[in-house]
Amino acid sequence: MLDDVSLTLDAGEWLGLDGVSGAGKSTLGHLLAGHLTPQAGTVTVDGAPLPRRGLRPVQWLPQSPELAVNPRWRVKQILEEAWTPPDALRDAFGIEPAWMNRFPQALSGGELQRVCVLRALAPGVRYLVADEISSMLDPLTQLALWQGLRRVADERQLGVLVISHDAALLNRLCSRRLTLSDGRLRPPKRYGAPPATAPGQSPASR
Amino acid sequence: MSQPRLSALLSTALAGLLLASALIAAAGLGDTPRQMHFDARLTPPNLDFWFGTDALGRDVAARTLAGLTLSFWVGSLAALFGTLIALGMALTAMLGPRWDALVSLVIDTLLSVPHLLLLLMIAFALGGGTHAVIIAVALSHWPSLARVLRAELLHLRQAPYVQISQALGKSRGFIVRHHWIPQVLPHCLVGALLLFPHAVLHEAALSFLGVGLSAEQPAIGVLLGESMRHVSGGDWWLGVFPGAGLLLMVLCIQRLGETLRRAWAAR
Repeated sequence: MLDDVSLTLDAGEWLGLDGVSGAGKSTLGHLLAGHLTPQAGTVTVDGAPLPRRGLRPVQWLPQSPELAVNPRWRVKQILEEAWTPPDALRDAFGIEPAWMNRFPQALSGGELQRVCVLRALAPGVRYLVADEISSMLDPLTQLALWQGLRRVADERQLGVLVISHDAALLNRLCSRRLTLSDGRLRPPKRYGAPPATAPGQSPASR
Repeated sequence: MSQPRLSALLSTALAGLLLASALIAAAGLGDTPRQMHFDARLTPPNLDFWFGTDALGRDVAARTLAGLTLSFWVGSLAALFGTLIALGMALTAMLGPRWDALVSLVIDTLLSVPHLLLLLMIAFALGGGTHAVIIAVALSHWPSLARVLRAELLHLRQAPYVQISQALGKSRGFIVRHHWIPQVLPHCLVGALLLFPHAVLHEAALSFLGVGLSAEQPAIGVLLGESMRHVSGGDWWLGVFPGAGLLLMVLCIQRLGETLRRAWAAR
């Protein structure tokens, strides 16, 4: 499906990726995170190939948090699968201590999504692939999610690949945008949308 | 409490009570199943012998209880071993495409042989006896469960949360123990419970055909085999009570299993 795709994501950079349904955005995300192995080519992180074992420096954030958690685990076990997030970060993502003892079925999609995002932010993670992580959330929850993520990403200079259909969202979040079509990456078509912010400049300061 | 739930609860309690009382009563029997009363041979059911006596004057009630206990243990062990083999085989299939092809080949081959035939051959090769019956049932009945478990694991391996767990640096062993096994255990439980009646009925069949338990053991199959010689003489109690007992035990186990499965699925 993907052919001769090449992209570079810098530390601290927010890169937006869109494309019609079935264009291969999620496949590209899975390849980058090491869930799939490319038939040809490599994924390189900071000069070294993506490790197969141990904590991977690239983490994939799912579209449906319900499928991304073990339904038999309690929220505490899910959140702390790789690391124990400090209280300040839990607060930043609006994660309540009362959720810890519940099963994931008892949480709403937005609540569970924030747990999934924080779970992936273990020390040693350098890049994130956010695959439509906010498309099913209400605007307020979206805002909380992206603000939390922005804070951590700025602090740790994380590179974030944002996959979404939402051009306005990509324009607000990302300093650079790409479109995937016919298996290739191209500069985005402009539908009179305002240009993206300059590299290194966060939308918050705009 | 709604009526279906109440009746499920009552029938489960009844099944458990019946099973427990049969096992406890059998434990206190001592040598009664083998004791002969030459003055009371082939007597129909009466107050001294509730289920009557056989041609050697042995108490059919005591022999039925002892037979059911034997069947219960044979059935439980065969179901346990069969389920363990199925789980082991399904996990083996996950080692790689070659292992998967090998396991699938073995499953398909075994399923293509009628299992009573397979059962007879294995039991005969092992020389009969309790252990032969257990091994034969376990070895011939795992493939259908293994196929279900393999399909479940194939699906689970692609589940996003398993892939994420891998990306978070969790080892293969951790993923098998914490993500795979808890998810397939309910299937194993159901598989074992479906295997149990098979094992019990096959034990009876093998004993009846002469390659199972030996003639001096009061197994249900042996009792039914003996009763065949007297059925034309009208001595119905020799076959009816052991047969009905076996049927009742299988029904009780199924009831208990169904309740257990629902309780698990509700989580």
